[in-house]
Amino acid sequence: MKLALKVTEIEQLSPLVKRFRFEDPKGGSLPVFSGGAHITVEMPEGEIIRRNSYSLISDPYDGTAYEIAIRREDQGRGGSLYMHTKVSEGDEITVSAPSNLFQLDLRARKHVLIAGGIGITPFLSQLKQLDMELKPYELHYAARSRAEAAGIKLLPEAAHVHVHISEEGARMDLGAILDGQPLGTHVYTCGPDGLITAVADQAARLGWPKTSVHSEAFTAPPPGEPFEVVIASTGQTVSVKADQSLLEALEAAKVEVDYSCRGGACGRCHTKVTACDGRILHNDHWLSEGERAAQKDIMPCMSRFKGARLELDL
Amino acid sequence: MTMQFNDETFRGDYTYFNSETAINRFPFPFDQDTYMYSVNIEQHPGGPKGTPFEKMFDVDEHYVSEMKDREITLAEDPLRCQSLPHMELAGWDLLELIMVSKAKDYPDLFKLTRDGNDWHWVNKPLGIEKKFTFLAPTTLPCGPMEYITRQTQGDFALLHERDGNLWMDAGMVTSQADWSLDFDVGMNFFEWHAPVPKAKKMGVFDKALKFLLSVNQGQHYRRLNWTMTVNPRLDTSPENYHKWGPEKRTITPENVGQKQFLRVELQTFFRLPRSNALAFPIRCYLMNLEDIATKPKWGRRLHRVLRDIDPDLADYKGFAVNQEMIVNYLSQFDDGAPTSPGIFPES
Amino acid sequence: MPNTEFSPSIDSRPTYTGLVSQGSAPAIMVADEAGAGALSDLATADASVMDNAHVVLVGCAASVLGDNAPRAVHETPDLDAATPLVSQLLNEARMGTQLYLAGSEGLMGHVSALATAAGMPLGEIQMEHRGSIARRMQCVHCKGITEGVTTDPFTCSHCGLTLFVRDHFSRRLGVFQGVCVDAETPGVVPETVEIQA
Repeated sequence: MKLALKVTEIEQLSPLVKRFRFEDPKGGSLPVFSGGAHITVEMPEGEIIRRNSYSLISDPYDGTAYEIAIRREDQGRGGSLYMHTKVSEGDEITVSAPSNLFQLDLRARKHVLIAGGIGITPFLSQLKQLDMELKPYELHYAARSRAEAAGIKLLPEAAHVHVHISEEGARMDLGAILDGQPLGTHVYTCGPDGLITAVADQAARLGWPKTSVHSEAFTAPPPGEPFEVVIASTGQTVSVKADQSLLEALEAAKVEVDYSCRGGACGRCHTKVTACDGRILHNDHWLSEGERAAQKDIMPCMSRFKGARLELDL
Repeated sequence: MTMQFNDETFRGDYTYFNSETAINRFPFPFDQDTYMYSVNIEQHPGGPKGTPFEKMFDVDEHYVSEMKDREITLAEDPLRCQSLPHMELAGWDLLELIMVSKAKDYPDLFKLTRDGNDWHWVNKPLGIEKKFTFLAPTTLPCGPMEYITRQTQGDFALLHERDGNLWMDAGMVTSQADWSLDFDVGMNFFEWHAPVPKAKKMGVFDKALKFLLSVNQGQHYRRLNWTMTVNPRLDTSPENYHKWGPEKRTITPENVGQKQFLRVELQTFFRLPRSNALAFPIRCYLMNLEDIATKPKWGRRLHRVLRDIDPDLADYKGFAVNQEMIVNYLSQFDDGAPTSPGIFPES
Repeated sequence: MPNTEFSPSIDSRPTYTGLVSQGSAPAIMVADEAGAGALSDLATADASVMDNAHVVLVGCAASVLGDNAPRAVHETPDLDAATPLVSQLLNEARMGTQLYLAGSEGLMGHVSALATAAGMPLGEIQMEHRGSIARRMQCVHCKGITEGVTTDPFTCSHCGLTLFVRDHFSRRLGVFQGVCVDAETPGVVPETVEIQA
């Protein structure tokens, strides 16, 4: 399901982060959503359409608008740059219906939310949901500096919202955060891989069950060298440009692939490889180490290829 | 109101009947002359005009009587409706989905007026008019799932997604094909399907779960399932098995056409917005062999399907003891002619 | 006497993989007399497992643990008496608390239902079956629970119906399902057999 919306507000939250507000052009109501949900935004440029997924930061039960916050990635393949430089208030924009790969487990006795940098975004909708559902939680938001902590503007001032600015010497102490939480607590992390791993390791050291530890790490697909793939069923060759993801190239060539997060997290675009002469550059969070090494599977939303021939079971 | 509602019973004297309209729109579940498990999923809603596939939640001539039957079942056994504490939000999502859909699809039967969270619901067939505050549980006489499913045909399961699985953490189940919500509530997808024979080995559940997890907001799907029931009884629960079980043995060659019913489940799947839970409505349609055989294609096909079915499935679907009588009865409608593809009768 | 090996069954039937020490992490242990042997074996393999353990014994005395002294021992006459105590321990527990259950299926089913309701994932609960293979059965018709069922079929101790013993198990209730065996043909009851592991 696609929604054709209008950009009604753009706000510079920090030097690198902008907030975008999208509304129905006719003032209609948009589908409401659950905390932690994302939408996929279409960014047409010339012949290609880039699609990036961004967490919704607005009130999940409010259908009047969707809001997202995007950090400008100058080294990226162009999605965030497009949003920062080409999109203005009043423009039309096409987005997907909300989808959630990072939902709260509403059974939890308590929720601990840990954000690093731009990883604050999914928590902004989650904490609205937690407030509305009257669930106990604490949020920890770590950033290098106040200038970089774009989320501060969007956070409520509350005793259970903690901001850790490392430049100010207030580093986040994961041991102190996780130790002694009541049985039935769930922890959620979004941010750099290092933070996600650190929280998972700390939780494991404290004997937390794996199913109580959640994370979302999806990022935009990285650019790279151009490459080609062959579609096994048709023999068709599909070229992937440097600033295009394999998934986007397949879509442009009308090869049907299912997808959701477009960030290597959900597993939906998982594709079998029927022949591989070269090296798959795995950039996803879905495949296991073993699967990566075997080179028999690829996540086209994130991963690329270097070598002579890659044939996909499509 | 344009729709006529039958005055009929699903127990005791069993006065249930299908009008000609109901026979014509019956969701016959077999698209070929043989049957084995399959995931057989299609997009929903959508289908020929007048069929039960056309609207999000089909309302038919049995609506009012089915709701009365549910009321009787719930009065005897309140545990047929269960919602674990974290599922209340999913209940509101379901209430919204049904009220909005029914008011849109059947404007002469249902009306919903919304001003923010102040809602006004009118259900003409059941004579209900209610003003309440959306998401405020004290403004309804019972939980939101119970409130709306007392006004909607079919059973309902609400599935909570976590740990890569689906957990049946809430439901309203009064017209089930012999499974107990009270026993199964809280189970995951594999646990509650555990008693189904053969399907696990065939990998049906792995595929079905993978599919269900990928259902997104705004995309809805359906599939048909079926079983056989003696007498037009909605409540074929394990709870009351000792009450309806003996009826299974009352089939004779003389009465099999009237008393033996094909029970079809129209199962639909919806991703709910605020809870991210899945709603799994299971709508039951009953039609006896006599009425089925009024459509030559259906008579031929049902004969072939039931004659050739895997014995384990005949047993699981609970008609093995009557299979011979059923097949003998249906054989008179099977002249061996080929049948056309698809489920719809040749008109 | 090792952990009982049950024959393979349907997905809803619990399996018990045996107790493995998680060291001196805070722990709650619940066992009946047969299960206490599993706790002793656990402590023999790693004495530190008892350092921060609260042991709740059901229907037996602390002496069954021998020299393995846990941080605290609670003796209770039966499962009903143990329930509020276990609930309180779970309620006060912190993340990282380990749960070790040993003994009958009835005890493990009941306590694991309490623990999952308190927020502990089922996969984190360690269980070892010892002693009788008697089952805790719920009559699907009257919902009454009959403890210590060793035969199939058996008579519901509440409504008197003759029930056959299914492997279908509700973790929420901690019970197996019993269904009327002669519903379709009242009075025609198959021969009674002992339940096998």
